[in-house]
Amino acid sequence: MKKLRQISGHGAAALLCLIICSPVLMLVNLSFQDSLELSKAFVPPTGQDLAMPDMLPLFPTLDNFGEILLESPQFYKVFWNSLGIAAAVTAGQLIIAVPAAWGFSRTKLRFRRQLFDLYVLLMLMPFQVTMLSQYIMLDKLGLMDTRAAIILPAVFSAFPVFIIYRSFCSIPEEVLESARIDGAGEWQILLRIGIPMGSAGIMAAVVLGFLDLWNMVEQPLAFIRDRKLYPLSLYLPMLDRTGGSILAASAVTLIPAAFVFVIGQDKLEAGIIASAVKE
Amino acid sequence: MSFLLPSLLGTGIFSVLPFADSLRRSFFRTVSGDFCGTENYRAVFSNEAFLLAVKNTALFTAVFLPVLITLSFLTAYFISGLKFMRVIRSVLLFPLAVPTAALVLVWKLLFQPAGMVNGVLTVCGADTVSFLDSGAAFGVLVGSYIWKNLGYTVLLWLTGISGISSSLSEAAKVDGAGRLQIMRHIILPNLKPTMYTITVISFLNSFKVFREAYLVAGAYPHRSIYLMQHLFNNWFSNFELDKMSAATVAVFGVILAAVSLLQRAWDKEARA
Repeated sequence: MKKLRQISGHGAAALLCLIICSPVLMLVNLSFQDSLELSKAFVPPTGQDLAMPDMLPLFPTLDNFGEILLESPQFYKVFWNSLGIAAAVTAGQLIIAVPAAWGFSRTKLRFRRQLFDLYVLLMLMPFQVTMLSQYIMLDKLGLMDTRAAIILPAVFSAFPVFIIYRSFCSIPEEVLESARIDGAGEWQILLRIGIPMGSAGIMAAVVLGFLDLWNMVEQPLAFIRDRKLYPLSLYLPMLDRTGGSILAASAVTLIPAAFVFVIGQDKLEAGIIASAVKE
Repeated sequence: MSFLLPSLLGTGIFSVLPFADSLRRSFFRTVSGDFCGTENYRAVFSNEAFLLAVKNTALFTAVFLPVLITLSFLTAYFISGLKFMRVIRSVLLFPLAVPTAALVLVWKLLFQPAGMVNGVLTVCGADTVSFLDSGAAFGVLVGSYIWKNLGYTVLLWLTGISGISSSLSEAAKVDGAGRLQIMRHIILPNLKPTMYTITVISFLNSFKVFREAYLVAGAYPHRSIYLMQHLFNNWFSNFELDKMSAATVAVFGVILAAVSLLQRAWDKEARA
């Protein structure tokens, strides 16, 4: 009886998983279809009201990918531009956030609590609220319409500080105390003990940060005019061409995110839990 | 202190100082620079587009929150007893990683007048709906945001559920309590703090649904999904920064209230 319940339960769960994944499966399916087959998915055949795509490519082809990867230098540039922005932000975030999280978790600074509450508040603000502030400063610094306009504010995001802080807090004080007795300096303790022992939180910040950066829309939409500087997440919907190549471009955009999702699975889940529930 | 300095400087420069400037600007006219009291606020609160955006955002939250919370709880409770719970949990989380832009075309395909969803409706004998340029766009927006956030919320629920000691429900079972009774008297009361946190976090997330709306419907969507961020972008390109600053302060107030509720919940948990 119990076994039967497990089996039917898993069946229902598998169905739910399939439904959840179906838009992505559909994208992958379509990106391998040739233009003739694709036209059925977008425009109803003559005499019919509905356009129904094939559920599997009838004649699987790599033409769409060839078109976007080999014949379109623009896509190539945008792709690397996006990766470059993501890499620059991630590196900057680590350089800034790791020491800051250490400072919050290990020093007895005055107003430490109030400052940290301020970070939490900033972390939870939607872009509507921060947009004007960021614009005022970017404009003053003459950074509008440059990559720095989306990189710099993201580098000082409060989110990685918060996640890394949580993992630093779980390092027992005695470990640090014994290092201090051995004569280690504070920065040395951070590098030799803090970073290795807090690596789970640091990786969680990197994974969550990357997924968010790879999906950014609002910031470039507001602060960047020059389409050559657009990241993929904004360039993609601007493509006018319908059909195959844009589907392949979408599928390629999905790859880095799916890759990070799969290899960073545990970190991602731990990070989400740490960011929402106080242990 | 040296640990914190770079971060504090950056936060000061990019967040705190300019926000203080926005606050100041909200009481001045942008063009002339004259002090104008609460004129900007009055202009914003009588602005038709602003009221529409507020109404849509409120309506979105009112539909999105209960549906998301109920669905995710039922899913979490249902899969919490399954052997492959961790795998299922991971698969459900996947939409969070999918860049919204990558699915724009699939969404169009599903919801275009001759699309698949209408195909299913026709088979069921219903009339076709033009999803993206009618009030149904609102439903599409809610649906796609629930799709995105379901796994995230299920994960938070599962964390709460795993925190309830199983010995408690075991003991109740020995005493002859049924599944529903255990649910009502043990599981639900113990999940109250989790539910509170999930509600506030989902509320905060509901302000970030613009991305979905923009990518599917562009800068000028159907009026049922015209959101605050659309309006802000509009004001921004028309350089109406005085209105923007007043609206920024108003939205800030709402978020501030929600965040302080969240922090109070966290403090309670920390003390318990």
